[in-house]
Amino acid sequence: MNVIHVENLVKKFGQLTAVDNIHLDVDSGQIFGFLGPNGAGKSTTIKILATLLRPTSGTASVAGYEVTTKPNEVRRSIGLVFQDQSLDDRLTAQENLWFHAMLYDLPSALFAERADSVLKLVDLTDRRNSLVRTFSGGMKRRLEIARGLIHHPKVLFLDEPTLGLDPQTRNAIWTHVNALRAEKGTTVFMTTHYMEEAEHCDKIAIIDHGKIQAVDSPVMLKRMVGGDKIIVSGDERLLEDLKRTYNVDAQKVGREVHFQMDHGAEFVPKLVSDFAGRIKSIQVKEPSLEDVFLRLTGHTIRTDEGKAVDQLRQAAQLWRRR
Amino acid sequence: MRIALKTIYTIWLREVKTFAREKFRVIAMIAQPLLYLLVLGNGINSGVTLNASGGINYLTFMYPGIIGMSILFTSIFSAVSIIWDREFGFLKEVLVAPVPRWAVSIGKTFGGASIAIVQATIMILMAPIIGISLSPAMIVEMWVLAFLIGVALTSLGIAIAARMASMQGFQMIMNFLVMPLYFLSGAMFPLSSAPAWMKALMVVDPLTYCVDGLRNIILSNTTVTTGALVGRTIVDVASRVGLIRWSLPFDLLVVTMVATALTAIGAYRFSNQKE
Repeated sequence: MNVIHVENLVKKFGQLTAVDNIHLDVDSGQIFGFLGPNGAGKSTTIKILATLLRPTSGTASVAGYEVTTKPNEVRRSIGLVFQDQSLDDRLTAQENLWFHAMLYDLPSALFAERADSVLKLVDLTDRRNSLVRTFSGGMKRRLEIARGLIHHPKVLFLDEPTLGLDPQTRNAIWTHVNALRAEKGTTVFMTTHYMEEAEHCDKIAIIDHGKIQAVDSPVMLKRMVGGDKIIVSGDERLLEDLKRTYNVDAQKVGREVHFQMDHGAEFVPKLVSDFAGRIKSIQVKEPSLEDVFLRLTGHTIRTDEGKAVDQLRQAAQLWRRR
Repeated sequence: MRIALKTIYTIWLREVKTFAREKFRVIAMIAQPLLYLLVLGNGINSGVTLNASGGINYLTFMYPGIIGMSILFTSIFSAVSIIWDREFGFLKEVLVAPVPRWAVSIGKTFGGASIAIVQATIMILMAPIIGISLSPAMIVEMWVLAFLIGVALTSLGIAIAARMASMQGFQMIMNFLVMPLYFLSGAMFPLSSAPAWMKALMVVDPLTYCVDGLRNIILSNTTVTTGALVGRTIVDVASRVGLIRWSLPFDLLVVTMVATALTAIGAYRFSNQKE
């Protein structure tokens, strides 16, 4: 069953086309990643799916409800964790959850039970009565995830959930997301511009300049790029002999020889027996999503731009703390 | 409907809770009117005599005006917290929730009005300092008026803040809305002695009716003890000389109508904001 269905979706801001005629289908219970550089149209798409923005044209439905005609039903079915924090830091963790539960019409008996369980999930039980103002960035993000879950949404939207977080917290959040999918069967729709993060997804849509370039599992996407990269070092005549033996386009890079080969790991034993005694070392490198992105769009994902945004955002957070 | 009421209650409670936790705001609510009354009021009082008889001194005249001013500042401050919430993200949490937005706006309005009542209470407690005695009935009347004008001004602030994207807008609101509303309300000088063009502006300022109403209440329990008008109430005298312009029921009626209209406008503008 498609829990998210998007057809011919277009969003224009004046002259700029932020989302350019995209199609998407997300199965129930999937972790779906939206991978692309900043400004590619990821957040705009999420905002449309979350009923915060109206599309210029096209249709989108979430949990079976059309976003433009049934916004309230959509809102009840989703949980959202925004790119920027959206907690009230003058309230405690518990109060933020309570506020959310009230707005989502959760009966108070259920609230107590669910607050316990989501706080436990994100490991904030002992801080439940502290003001959010006193929380670190990672704790705030975890609390937001807990809040997004308390009404048991069918779909959880995570907009750059680990932006600006340290690797430890990033891992913790991924543990939570996986646990959640396993326990509740929640569909997770997330955006990211971190390649490592996209690896966790069941399916990835690569988006650039508002257009979807490809949708597939990380493994299949990487297969598009071609075989694995084999890096060998050995004697002087290795380059010529490798070219002749396997009919590959091998290149000398420094002291090493590079060439591509499908199923690189299975190829290694053959290589070792064919060139017994002549090889000093072998490395097999799977193509990365970075390679996929480069192949599809002709440029690398612009991570330095992302860093500038991170810095700005961190500066804004500092300013906020006053 | 149940959802709407629940929303109003939730938003109201958040407003009141976060207000109570902002110590600076509470301190400002006490210190600012005190500064106006003790420094500005006493200063002017010592150098200026009102064109009125019957023993109304400037401080007594100014006291209702300062109540109006302090409610104006608190209410607008409550409303512009929307800009704050937008800038720091919390507004999104509210906007994506499956609740009617007009209910959010009304919850916020009631929050602002509740804080206005707290402000009025602070002012009532200051009355003895400047030698004004208030009966329980007068205090209740003042609360009612404070609530209504709190509703009106918070809604006005919401109507404006709903379309404002950044904190820069806050200065604009202060300079082009709050200060004119205050200066034109008759808080500092009587309406009757102002030039005609100003009178015209003062009549459309909702705060004018609030200040006039408060003056009606505060001057109602004393009678004139000296001069030609002995035995008359001070309200009577003040009305004759133009320190009070309308009757209390009329002031209440205008403020109620303005509050209702602005609540509707505020809720409409908040519901139809982008993002």
